[in-house]
Amino acid sequence: MRILIVGAGEVGSSIAASLADTHEVVVVDIDPERVDALTYGEDVLAIEGDGTNLEILEEAGCEKADIVIASTDSDETNLAVTGTVDTVSDAFTIARVQKTAYLDTWRRSEGAFGVDFMVSTNLLAARVIVQVIGIPTARDVSPFAEGTVQMAEFEVPADSPLADRSIAEIDHFDGLTFAAIIRDGDAIVPRGPDEIQWGDQVVVIGRPESVHQFATSLAPGGEADEADDVLIIGGSTTGGLVAGLLEERGYKPRLIEQSPDRARELAEAHPGTTVLEHDANDVEFLEREHVRDADVVVATLDSDARTLLAALLAKQVGADRAVAVVDEAQYVELFEAVGVDVAVNPREVTAEEIARFTLERRAENVAIIESGTAEVLEFEVDQESIFADEKIKHAVQELPSGMVIGAITREGAYVTPRGDTVIEVGDHLVLFVREESMDEVVAEV
Amino acid sequence: MARIHVDWRASLALVGTVLKYLAVPLLFPLVLAIYYGDGLFPFAITIAVTVTAGFGLERLDHARDIGAREGFLMVASTWLFVSLVGAVPYVLAGWGTASTLAHPVNALFESMSGFTTTGATVMGEISTARHSRALLMWRQLTQWLGGMGIVVLAVAILPELSVGGAQLMDAEAPGPGIQKLTPRIAQTARALWGAYMGITALEIVLLYGLHLGGLAPNMTLYNAVAHGFTTMATGGFSPEARSIEAFSAAVQWLIIPFMMAAGTNFALFWHVLTGEPSRPLRDEEWRFYAGVLSVGTAIVAAVLFTDLGLRNVAAIGGPVAGSAEASFRHAAFQVVSIVTTTGYASMDFNAWSELGKLLLFVGMFVGGSAGSTGGAIKMVRWLIILKALRRELFTTVHPDAVTPIRLSGRPLDDRTLRGIYGFTLVYLLLFVAAVPVVLWLGYGGETLSVLEAGSAVAATIGNVGPGFGAIGPMNNYLGFPAPSKLLMVGLMWVGRLEVIPVLVVLTRAYWTS
Repeated sequence: MRILIVGAGEVGSSIAASLADTHEVVVVDIDPERVDALTYGEDVLAIEGDGTNLEILEEAGCEKADIVIASTDSDETNLAVTGTVDTVSDAFTIARVQKTAYLDTWRRSEGAFGVDFMVSTNLLAARVIVQVIGIPTARDVSPFAEGTVQMAEFEVPADSPLADRSIAEIDHFDGLTFAAIIRDGDAIVPRGPDEIQWGDQVVVIGRPESVHQFATSLAPGGEADEADDVLIIGGSTTGGLVAGLLEERGYKPRLIEQSPDRARELAEAHPGTTVLEHDANDVEFLEREHVRDADVVVATLDSDARTLLAALLAKQVGADRAVAVVDEAQYVELFEAVGVDVAVNPREVTAEEIARFTLERRAENVAIIESGTAEVLEFEVDQESIFADEKIKHAVQELPSGMVIGAITREGAYVTPRGDTVIEVGDHLVLFVREESMDEVVAEV
Repeated sequence: MARIHVDWRASLALVGTVLKYLAVPLLFPLVLAIYYGDGLFPFAITIAVTVTAGFGLERLDHARDIGAREGFLMVASTWLFVSLVGAVPYVLAGWGTASTLAHPVNALFESMSGFTTTGATVMGEISTARHSRALLMWRQLTQWLGGMGIVVLAVAILPELSVGGAQLMDAEAPGPGIQKLTPRIAQTARALWGAYMGITALEIVLLYGLHLGGLAPNMTLYNAVAHGFTTMATGGFSPEARSIEAFSAAVQWLIIPFMMAAGTNFALFWHVLTGEPSRPLRDEEWRFYAGVLSVGTAIVAAVLFTDLGLRNVAAIGGPVAGSAEASFRHAAFQVVSIVTTTGYASMDFNAWSELGKLLLFVGMFVGGSAGSTGGAIKMVRWLIILKALRRELFTTVHPDAVTPIRLSGRPLDDRTLRGIYGFTLVYLLLFVAAVPVVLWLGYGGETLSVLEAGSAVAATIGNVGPGFGAIGPMNNYLGFPAPSKLLMVGLMWVGRLEVIPVLVVLTRAYWTS
């Protein structure tokens, strides 16, 4: 596969390095030194130039590229790159952004900015941290039908109230379809009596509200008690996002931020978080706020040195675990060596995510589940389709069993798929299809 | 002499425009006077007076450049001038008769009480035998005009106010900050007035429907219109001397929800009508408002039912204590009437014990919602003050916590909070300062109790209307000496405009810096 990467910073170089063995990789960067470093360091074609310039992109062969990854440090440049590529090429585009606002827009209307897959560095880091804390979050959320429908993949945590219960028992969510259970790398299309177990991945398709509801009942944070005392030190973007993710799950985290303006801003954005305006490296203050009782401390200050100090101080005072966000990838090991339990580097996480996604997916599909065992795709029903003006229960008899109709949207509104639902020409269907049934399904529909 | 930095000519010229248009509502009593063949001249002369005064003031300035400062002066003086003009028919109609309104101070009191939707009266005898039906209807109409606001109405219909309109409405509309519902301020003003007119019309139709259905023998078309005007304005004037006690229980039940609607933020009606029917339930102020009314009603109903609140007096239509329907109805009616600052009475609550009266007295300080026609301190301010107190307690435990105060999820900035503290403090200070003056001046030679004097001040500054004792719902303010009445005219004026726009005009800095 031919892959074009625009932006060869830490993220871009790291992706290039991990893909170079198996794919043809072309890298575009504006900085000649980086271009040189890549040319000699990796087996890739490096081109110097501005990636938002169509001529440069054409020189790099973007028409022939299967995947284009925009990974510069500037969100706007990345979106301009994908927008430009979208005008001349059918390549699958991946953009890395920092601002979650762009991600929200993209989730609401699929294909916005010409982006096919968007990764938010900060959100990804925040999600990794929340997972490290022990709260499962969706591994992957993809929008379909312009955001009316979402596909989400969750991992079932050990203490989930839904674990070891059958699909029939737990399927009380309005507008939600259980598309698959992935166990030991194999996708199972669930039937009523099938149980979900600890460690399974569950794929659900449905209305965004319902997906959210499912997420909260899969791992209810509402029962968060004193034992789930999370303290976030530093109101960076990642810190704010961690607070937001925890709030969504019913936690009431505390967040320490020294700048009065930023503290106010965070307090306004996060009603469920107690924001404290103080210097996090003041031991007396940490004592007063009972940091020794904290189960987890997340340190995410503006410099790695301060982050490290804050994390170690909190541990010294008595906090159980410390997670730190490290800006410089090379310090990750150092942090963990001196006593920080987990160090997370956002760029590294992003590069890993993009590389994983690129390796696992085939460019023409909409979303792919866990190591290529199944796919989720969306299409519009036309006259020729087996579904046209047919009840679902009749249509599916003609189709292989490895397929689930996840959702239907009609004129932009969600329709719950039931056996008696008649599918009309013009409806959009979101299907979950196992890999081996793929060809048959595509031919019939 | 320092230079004056306020373009007072522009302000007064705009007041002139409003006065000129005041002739239009004056046509309504004029037509009634012709219909009933009684009391034509006072209105004809008043129309001449207001048109002349309007044109005269308009000549002061042609530019009409209204800034924030001119806005305050314009709004404050509009209410004063309009009340002066509104007093003219009372003086002229009473001239040479035994009417207490012939005295200019009384006429001004009645007129200010009308436009500010207070509902305190100095009419010695309220009856169609003593006053023409046209004059009594004018009294009702002044409240209806003042309810949603004269300046808001002017902004809605006068194109020349479209630019400075937001400033003007901000100075007049009740509550902290106006909500622009539409891109154009004139459209917002029209939406508010439209909702106001629509609900008033609905109430009139339903009241008259009760009459036609035989459930309200004395709710004639005249009375239906008269009470429609003053319910939706949270006014409280009635052409009946016994207020709503004069009507059947069905009428009393029907008026309760309309008083509640009048105390609701009218912007909410706009949202409900434009496709957001659940908006009030998400609005924190509305939920608080509904909660206060429910709890207040429940407490008072219990007090009435167990006879704790009554000094063994039966209301017209049977005893209240022991009757679940009657105690609930009278409790709900009085609580809603006082809290929304309407000032109607379904029974003489003077007959209640001190406990019942004390509950109503506290209610006088609560007030309707922001953006409603009700007066006093208002729900939203109390709600925010309660939240601020809770925050104080929290920050005592966590001195470094940053906890913005939210209203319906939206954080409020500290400026808004300071404004709310400031307003509430000034309001209470004015109350505390005025009570001794009223006590000292007495009531027609008699001494007043502190509760009576306090209720008179609270009822005028809060635009409620009736107080307790000598000025109870079936009595009047006539016995106060002229200086007291003028003080109360000032209180009603200051109270309707929410204190700050009037007080700011009285400061030196306003004029010179």
